[in-house]
Amino acid sequence: MKVALFIPCYIDQFYPKVAIATLELLEKLGCEVTYPLNQTCCGQPMANSGFEHLSKDCDNNFVDNFRGFDYIVSPSGSCTLHIKEHLHGSDNQASTHIRKHIYELSEFMTDILKVEKLDAKFPHKIGLHQSCHGQRGLKLAQMSELVAEPFSKIERLLKMVEGLSIVALDRKDECCGFGGTFCVTEEAVSVKMGKDRITDHTKHEAEFIVGSDVSCLMHMEGIMKRQGSEIKVKHIAEILNG
Amino acid sequence: MSSIKIDHATASVEFNKDEAHVNWHDETLWFVRSKRDKAVFQIPEWEQLREAGSQIKNHVLSNMHDLLLEFEEKATANGITVHWATDAQEHNEIIYSIIKNEGVNRMVKSKSMLTEECHLNDFLKEKGVEVIDSDLGERIVQMRNESPSHIVLPAIHLKRSDVGETFHKHLGTEKGATDPQYLTEAARQHLRDTFLTRKVALTGVNFAIAETGGFVVCTNEGNADMGVHLADVHIACMGFEKIIPKAEHLGVFLRLLARSATGQPITTFSSHFHKPREGQKMHIIIVDNGRTKQLGRPDFRNSLKCIRCAACFNTCPVYRRSGGHSYHTAIAGPIGSILAPNLDMAQNADLPFASTLCGSCSNVCPVKIDIHEQLYKWRQVLVKEGHVPTFKKLGIQSMAGVLSSPSFFRMAGKLGRFLMKNTPFVVNNKLNVWYQQREMPDVPKESFREWYVLRGEKINEEEKKAL
Repeated sequence: MKVALFIPCYIDQFYPKVAIATLELLEKLGCEVTYPLNQTCCGQPMANSGFEHLSKDCDNNFVDNFRGFDYIVSPSGSCTLHIKEHLHGSDNQASTHIRKHIYELSEFMTDILKVEKLDAKFPHKIGLHQSCHGQRGLKLAQMSELVAEPFSKIERLLKMVEGLSIVALDRKDECCGFGGTFCVTEEAVSVKMGKDRITDHTKHEAEFIVGSDVSCLMHMEGIMKRQGSEIKVKHIAEILNG
Repeated sequence: MSSIKIDHATASVEFNKDEAHVNWHDETLWFVRSKRDKAVFQIPEWEQLREAGSQIKNHVLSNMHDLLLEFEEKATANGITVHWATDAQEHNEIIYSIIKNEGVNRMVKSKSMLTEECHLNDFLKEKGVEVIDSDLGERIVQMRNESPSHIVLPAIHLKRSDVGETFHKHLGTEKGATDPQYLTEAARQHLRDTFLTRKVALTGVNFAIAETGGFVVCTNEGNADMGVHLADVHIACMGFEKIIPKAEHLGVFLRLLARSATGQPITTFSSHFHKPREGQKMHIIIVDNGRTKQLGRPDFRNSLKCIRCAACFNTCPVYRRSGGHSYHTAIAGPIGSILAPNLDMAQNADLPFASTLCGSCSNVCPVKIDIHEQLYKWRQVLVKEGHVPTFKKLGIQSMAGVLSSPSFFRMAGKLGRFLMKNTPFVVNNKLNVWYQQREMPDVPKESFREWYVLRGEKINEEEKKAL
């Protein structure tokens, strides 16, 4: 199975450990993984700011890097969703193939690799932060607003990890307030949302806030560091990799 | 009411200066969202009900012309006078002419967001007509010379103590009173007198039925009924999208509306009006005010499906932490942010950006409006029409330049990380908005790509040695 690894730009620059964990995990699971060397960004920062028309070159670069693979996997629900919904490179056929074959990590492990057990240990109480784009966009978990059967692809995988327990949150799928450029253009509300999200985890005594999107985690980590909090953030790949 | 526009982000900074108040506001509205959840989870077929509501409304949008004419014909036959208003000004003038014809200079009015949208109260005040809002929340904000901060709960930004103070000033209640029963009793006596003495009463319309020419008004306080039953003239105002084809469709919408709004199975009063009682006059004003334009925008037309339940307000994490007044429009919240730019792009260009696009609004919407997707689409329109600040445009343009070129991206990344590590003051200062309340991420010794290339080289070397 030829898998291309898409590492979002800010993970490449600031959280290489998340990318390394993702690569190692996929290799352990038997995938033949390639990291196309000229990749940059999914184009979401421009598009969500209203400048979709400026992401054309970014889209074309993405298509050039990721054409011809069976699957493209990324440790980010948000960037994956953006590609799925908005990638429109000049090469239509290649763009369509990519949009249909890009997967967020937990989605890929669940739906394609059909992982049933993992050799991983993490003896800690964690709080799971469901990122909105992963959850409501990619439907990685059931949404609290809908009258429908509950499920969570991420939770199912985390439950395979020895020693790990997940605390119950008061608001299981409230947004953390990162929101791309929203985090600076609407700084006051963004930070308040982040603080409230953190409090939900701390008051239920989570030792780690775990999520499938580093952007949410980076935002909450920034606030917690300023607060002098002991709680750390972890991406699911770092835990599932053992 | 001030007409000076303060944008959403700036108003939110102000709102967030009192964190305890923000917490209270957030929790109060979250409580309403939770009540909604409890109510809808008792209906196993809830999602089918939403789908039905959505489809009926889609049908309405595609048959607007015929349904409105059918309604006019039936309503006229029932003895109701039907008026058509192109815009807010015409709507207000029609109402004034009816009041003037009756030879009175005062009116009682139950909740109508359309009259807020048209700024009716200000218009009539200038003409020397006194309007008293009879919905308790609306009466409170009216006394304070404020606008409603929420379409279902107009005074939700106020605490009991604020209400006590307002009533002390305007109704002469005891100073410092906060007992809800005492305060509502005072409002009750005050409004009772209003109901008894006004000859003209105005209501909104929740649903107008093409098939029958009748309409339904939903309230929890019975104030609409009190007003119109005691008045000689009933004026009902509706945006044209309030039309539904058949009376049987009320079975879908009345079930959806109250559960989505407050978690009640149905509003306390769902009053059906079909014709004026003997000796009474009944007028209906059907208003466009930009709705035709919105109906002509393929990406945004289905915002007109809205039944004004405010579920999207209550679930919106941004609304809960910025308050309704930060939206500076009659209809705040996520739905207001996709309706307002249609009316005035320049004045409301900030609103579609007042969202993280988390998508919760679209999930609670009882008629399945794709609110967060329309927020995204409005952003594209607003940028293309030139309604974003130049500094933002320049910033995004340079970002697009960096991210479109792999080598430029790597160079910029390397330089950025170098500066953050060696000269952190370049980044960690007050010009960096992120840094105001958040630390920057730690700088790793290498990017993932650098690590990956090195790993490749090491593997190659090992393979060579092995040979």
